[in-house]
Amino acid sequence: MTRATRTPFLSFAYRAYVVIFFLYLVAPLLAAGIFAFNDSLFPALPWQGFTLDWFFNDTEPKLGMFHDDRLLRGLGNSLYIGLIVSALAVAAGTCNAFLFERREFPFKNVLYILMVIPLVIPGVILGISILVFASMIANGIDTATGINIKALRPGIPLIVLGQFSFLTTITSLVIAARLQKFDVALEEAALNLGASRLRVLATVTLPFLFPALFSAFVVAFLVSFENFNTTLMLVGSDAPLTITMYDRMVKVGSTPVLNAVSVFLMIASGLLALASVLVQRDKGET
Amino acid sequence: MRSDAARLSLFLLMAPFALWIGLLIVLPQIGIGYVSLREKVGPGEYTFGLGNYLDFLGEPIYWNTLLRTAWMSILVTILALLIGFPIAYYIAKIARARSKAALFLLCLVPLWVSDLVRAFGWIVLLRETGLVSGLLQGTGLIGEPVELLYNDVTVVIGLVYTVVLFMIVPLVSTLDGMDDAMLEAGYNLGGSRFTVFRRIILPYAMPGIVAGCIITFMLAAGSYLTPILLGGKNSSWFTEQIYSQFITRYNWEAGATFGVLLLGFTSLVVWLGLKLTGQSLATTVAKE
Repeated sequence: MTRATRTPFLSFAYRAYVVIFFLYLVAPLLAAGIFAFNDSLFPALPWQGFTLDWFFNDTEPKLGMFHDDRLLRGLGNSLYIGLIVSALAVAAGTCNAFLFERREFPFKNVLYILMVIPLVIPGVILGISILVFASMIANGIDTATGINIKALRPGIPLIVLGQFSFLTTITSLVIAARLQKFDVALEEAALNLGASRLRVLATVTLPFLFPALFSAFVVAFLVSFENFNTTLMLVGSDAPLTITMYDRMVKVGSTPVLNAVSVFLMIASGLLALASVLVQRDKGET
Repeated sequence: MRSDAARLSLFLLMAPFALWIGLLIVLPQIGIGYVSLREKVGPGEYTFGLGNYLDFLGEPIYWNTLLRTAWMSILVTILALLIGFPIAYYIAKIARARSKAALFLLCLVPLWVSDLVRAFGWIVLLRETGLVSGLLQGTGLIGEPVELLYNDVTVVIGLVYTVVLFMIVPLVSTLDGMDDAMLEAGYNLGGSRFTVFRRIILPYAMPGIVAGCIITFMLAAGSYLTPILLGGKNSSWFTEQIYSQFITRYNWEAGATFGVLLLGFTSLVVWLGLKLTGQSLATTVAKE
């Protein structure tokens, strides 16, 4: 306790402020969550009674999320994109971490700043710049050879590239922070005992990095899953879940099925984040 | 021989980095710069010039939207700092060990929930048939439903909500490192609460403040969902203009111009912020 809070009144006011802040923090999440269980066609008062129809019912008009093909397809696309992009971002991030933590090369500081910069480019701009650049290449190839490369037009491959462009910064920073704590003497000891470089990497260094690799993967997956701005500019016919939900919200108007998806997303991302914290804690202390 | 191997492995490590930064960041940015300088004079015919930028200046709706986005993002950043700082200070310095971890975790949870879900939550709360309106009617404070969405105050509240945690998290990690003895020393030397805050806490927290403000400002100026969902069709947010030029009107030249302007503007603010406070990008944003 520091002295700044000794006056009872101030201390009370401060606490009240903290409580109000946390209410502000959870209010919209609770609001989005509660109406998933309301037996009504609109996510609004009055309360019509508890139901799980918005999750499991298989007939219109109360089609539950697990029977709504478009939402499920969006979910599938999101999972597919998220897994690919996280794997790529972790692989590239690992290389970057070794590059910047272990190596010396010319212009290292400038290149390090370049590595951080994607974090301060607005997502919409990343999206349009990749869209423009990919179409320039696609058009160039098309006029030169007459071959139309589908992967360079809006669609899942471009979404993957767009998300990869900024997720790699995040994974690089997470993995580099862990690599910094690694004692190089351990590697040297293994080398002295006759292990090959690859073997040292596989048995000493990578196991040490594992918690960071795992949590970088989880973070990348979560960010990819909820990303909207970059994805919006690159989306083709296979929309991920956030875009599908947005379309539904804007065009059809919201029904409680969107609340149900929200609950599902909150629980799933909460569990993933928890898993990442636990892995960090178990192995991170050593 | 050995140095050859070292050079080869450096090259192999450098390759993914170079491909990523070159193909996905640097060249695409040059690409939109190029398209923004391209003027359409006929079908498939282009000349180069500043015409798109002049069009932007000639159309008050465009630059008003940029100014409005800029000013509201700055407001959101300031509010996020004012609202977030006491919370971060509470978590880092006042709360006891156990509640500290719990509060911090509570702060992290909404970070993982999609912007879309959070904006949707605000809609459920604030719209005419929403919870707040309903509760106010239930208590008899108002006679008929009120529409609380689609105005600037709501957009600011929603934006502060989406970005405030990005302010709190770096602040907590910075303040956590501060030794309480420094505060005690400040008081023992006769400093008032305000002096201690201004001379000890603020300078110490500066890297966290700068990091938080940069991320917060950037996220606010670049956000798309919150202004549109909470502000309605007339929210006049600059990212919305970019989207409509690109996707709705298929006018890539104008859209690219807007993109360059937004990027130029946010970079300028970030750069000014770093210069004025003597921080660097590598020590603030990359530190988390």
